[in-house]
Amino acid sequence: MHDAPSPAELISAVKSFIDDTAAPQLTGHAAFYARVASNVLSTLLREIEQRPAAEAEELAGLKALLGTQAGDSIQSLNRTLCEQLRTGSMSISTPGLLEHLKTTTIAQLSIDQPQYSGLKAARAPRS
Amino acid sequence: MASHIFRAIVAKMGSADHIEKALERWAKGLFGPKSRIEALKRLSGGASQETWAFEVSGVGTSRRLILRRAPGGVAMARSSEAVSLATEAALLAAAATAGVPVPAVLGVSDPGTDLGEAFIMERIDGETLGRKILRDDAYAPARPVLAAQCGRALAGIHAADLASLPALPHSNGLDQINKYEAIYRAFDLPRPVFELALAWLKANPPAPQPAVLVHGDFRLGNLIVAPEGLASVLDWELAHVGDPREDIAWICVNSWRFGQIENRVGGFGDLDSLLDAYAEAGGVRFDTRQIDWWETLGSLKWGIMCMIMYEAFRSGADASVERAAIGRRVSETEIDLLNLLEKVS
Repeated sequence: MHDAPSPAELISAVKSFIDDTAAPQLTGHAAFYARVASNVLSTLLREIEQRPAAEAEELAGLKALLGTQAGDSIQSLNRTLCEQLRTGSMSISTPGLLEHLKTTTIAQLSIDQPQYSGLKAARAPRS
Repeated sequence: MASHIFRAIVAKMGSADHIEKALERWAKGLFGPKSRIEALKRLSGGASQETWAFEVSGVGTSRRLILRRAPGGVAMARSSEAVSLATEAALLAAAATAGVPVPAVLGVSDPGTDLGEAFIMERIDGETLGRKILRDDAYAPARPVLAAQCGRALAGIHAADLASLPALPHSNGLDQINKYEAIYRAFDLPRPVFELALAWLKANPPAPQPAVLVHGDFRLGNLIVAPEGLASVLDWELAHVGDPREDIAWICVNSWRFGQIENRVGGFGDLDSLLDAYAEAGGVRFDTRQIDWWETLGSLKWGIMCMIMYEAFRSGADASVERAAIGRRVSETEIDLLNLLEKVS
């Protein structure tokens, strides 16, 4: 199958249309929604670029934490992790847990809201 | 129930014209027969509340007022935990007595009347938008004094005599954990950070405090700030009886610091300034560490509220891009939770 234009190129083209052509002609609620829509497309561009590596790292982290074999999906491993936290088999003092959750959440937020103040704080070395 | 629905339809049909006539009858009764209503304007279209601005002229200096009204004048869309508008008006009056800056209530209208379920209060000048309060030069004089003013206002609210107030919902920390956990589990979208926060909160509950009147949504957005500081505390619909630390911590939740993460209180002040002023005004002198548990619960609650707003999109109830996009803000509260849990662990 063809990939020219690529998904990222198509999304960028729509984003340019919203930012440069549509949004300047809108007012009130419609202008607000246009800005939200443009931000959503920026999220999608980051998702395309960053998710594959972020998921590979999350999967490796989950397997290290849970000591499971190959073949399990991220979804099923996260369900297992949630269950262990809920039942108390794992807790805040479990070695490696906070580090794994922080790495995963930093990667998620780098896609979702890279400007969020809490992200910068999380990346700063602990004082 | 047919008459109930019929009344709602009639009230909605009347809209601005209907409201203006009902307000004019009310104003003539209070200010005299020459009263006229001018500049009636809808300010917000919340699902649970209509807010209208208007002026009464023909009475000497014209009065700038606000109408808070149930949608269509009928309280059918308010969420189960929100107090009635009549209760909200009574709380504003009690807060004024306690020295808390609030708008004066000029009238309360009952369900079934021309105006419907509503109350009228004075309009206070100032800003509610967090980003403007934190960044505009006009509010530079307010920012250094705002934390202490919030401490004094909260001490006043928490000192209100419960026996003299209308019946209010009771909700302590564990009640809120149970409520929000049930909502989160019903979505079946498991998030390990939320599981960790839930487990930690349950394992480390703070010693209980005597129950007080809690505002329930005390943060930038619901405070009117003038250049000289706190001018008014608004939006009392989530008021309940509970733990005083809930209010103190809610304004510290990073989602309400609007980017100014270094200032724990609302992005403008430090927590010790608030706690000192709170104690000087008669409140308990809490330690900043006693606020950590409640701030963690606050971040978790806001995260689940973002999931609720996204659920409106997922379920098809609201197809707007804004409701979809808010699902990608849940991770903001996850990083805040991890930053808090890292500090306390």
